[in-house]
Amino acid sequence: MGFSVEKAGLLTTVQDLGRYGYQKQGMVVSGAMDAFALRVANLLVGNAQNAAALEITLVGPRLLFQQDTLLAVTGADLSPRLDAKPLPMNQPVFVRAGTRLEFGRAVQGCRAYLALGGGVDVPPVMGSAATYLRAAVGGWHGRALQKDDQVPLKGLKPEQLKAWQERLPAPEPFLAAPWGVFPASLPPYAGNPTVRVVPGPEYGLFSSEAQEAFWQSPFQVAPASDRMGYRIAGPALTLKEPVEVLSSAVTFGTVQILANGNPIILMADRQTTGGYPRLGQVISADLPLLAQAKPGATIRFQQVSLAQAQELYYQQERTLAQLASALHLHLKR
Amino acid sequence: MSSVKLYPLGETAVVLQLGEEMAVETHQYVKAVARFLDQNPFPGLVEYVPAFTTVTVYYDPWLLSNRGQQDPYAVVEGHLTHLLAQLETGLEAEKPPVKKIPVVYGGEFGPDLEEVAQQAGLSPEEVITRHTRPEYLVYLIGFAPGFPYLGGLDPSLATPRKQVPRSVVPAGSVGIAGTQTGVYPLETPGGWQIIGRTPLVLFDPERELPSLLQMGDLVRFVPVSEKEYLKRKKQAHGF
Repeated sequence: MGFSVEKAGLLTTVQDLGRYGYQKQGMVVSGAMDAFALRVANLLVGNAQNAAALEITLVGPRLLFQQDTLLAVTGADLSPRLDAKPLPMNQPVFVRAGTRLEFGRAVQGCRAYLALGGGVDVPPVMGSAATYLRAAVGGWHGRALQKDDQVPLKGLKPEQLKAWQERLPAPEPFLAAPWGVFPASLPPYAGNPTVRVVPGPEYGLFSSEAQEAFWQSPFQVAPASDRMGYRIAGPALTLKEPVEVLSSAVTFGTVQILANGNPIILMADRQTTGGYPRLGQVISADLPLLAQAKPGATIRFQQVSLAQAQELYYQQERTLAQLASALHLHLKR
Repeated sequence: MSSVKLYPLGETAVVLQLGEEMAVETHQYVKAVARFLDQNPFPGLVEYVPAFTTVTVYYDPWLLSNRGQQDPYAVVEGHLTHLLAQLETGLEAEKPPVKKIPVVYGGEFGPDLEEVAQQAGLSPEEVITRHTRPEYLVYLIGFAPGFPYLGGLDPSLATPRKQVPRSVVPAGSVGIAGTQTGVYPLETPGGWQIIGRTPLVLFDPERELPSLLQMGDLVRFVPVSEKEYLKRKKQAHGF
């Protein structure tokens, strides 16, 4: 039961919202790169926002469902199809056992999220289902999905399953719910995003030219960018004078500047501490935009205050809270 | 303490800066704050990350702002200031037990022992003697799961990193990089000078405390034979 993997895709991993509480042991947090998209996908199928779902990177897998299930795809548009018919994104879709889900061209973004009714059934490790590939911890045996994997699902509650089965007319392989997320509720995904940044603890150690260049120049996402961090290419950002920075905590969105003046933006699989000066901190609300930027994308940075970052954080939480109550009403029917 | 500084790391964390330099006194302060947070967690505290001079406290801004009604940074700042005030008199400095780490030095387990010896102008045996003599202090666990930042390396053993990093360094490898010594918990690429290997598993997700070493521990390396290494390897895991 669950689904079988007929084609693995580039990098398909089980993720939730991350593994917290173990960073003082050096354990990396991991979790979804685009946490907003994962939370929305889970809400759409009636799961807890933190349920285990699939993060699908650029080239998607082909999956064959062996049980009837409710699913939702959010985040990047990787041309998802169900039995060769386009799958509507950002809304719940009920599929019959025997249906195939596959992906095609990457139209927009980098990472799609597939939530499934009840969630993917994997044992939690240190309280989380997130996959941390480098240490082979969590998720599906600590690794990305491979061809011929048989992945179990927790499944819908019996009464929910029955209600959906009654709604799905006999020959059809799937049924999309007539409701979903309004596009206006989604982050303003863009091929070349502008992301907002609060100056970091070591901002003042950089030369005024470097500070100016950071806010004014475009930076390009380098090919050597992954779940751990994005290397971005642009003008070299230099310190006023050389300083030794003692290792201290870094987090999702921390902009570190290496000795050669090149920035790295730390992402979901970041290390817990770092010894490079922290020029800035990408605000939480804009991390989804970064998560969806592909190698080669151009990124610009816009300075905001801590108060603005907090306000934008609240806005995103309010959007999710409204979505949660609206979807709850729909799913109850 | 007057030297303490608080500043934000984005909108989800506050950094407590408890000193400016790597020092045992600062470390004890960091440890005391960590212990206090363990015993007195406040609602909205996600977790904390201790380092050489800082304790970074992660919090939930949505919860602590009462869903956008008040400044969560100010709330956390208030909590932590209160905490520090209570701590001022409570600094204790009991000596933790010394954890022994068996290491087989040189040969295939420590391919860079000769190079370290040459650079230091010492015999390989003398390098082993000087590496096993000190009690090292675990300042923090960071960089990688279970990786200890150790203080106390004999300065005569300081050796620059390798010009070309190895693509694979086996788990348990004991190395030197500059004035640092440490143990690789996982197989990773790395540029440290590898002088030996321990059979102990430094990080095990199945253990209640996955990291074998904790911030504040004292560590001593103990030389063992290859036979002893293989025997310990079979028994595996903790001390």
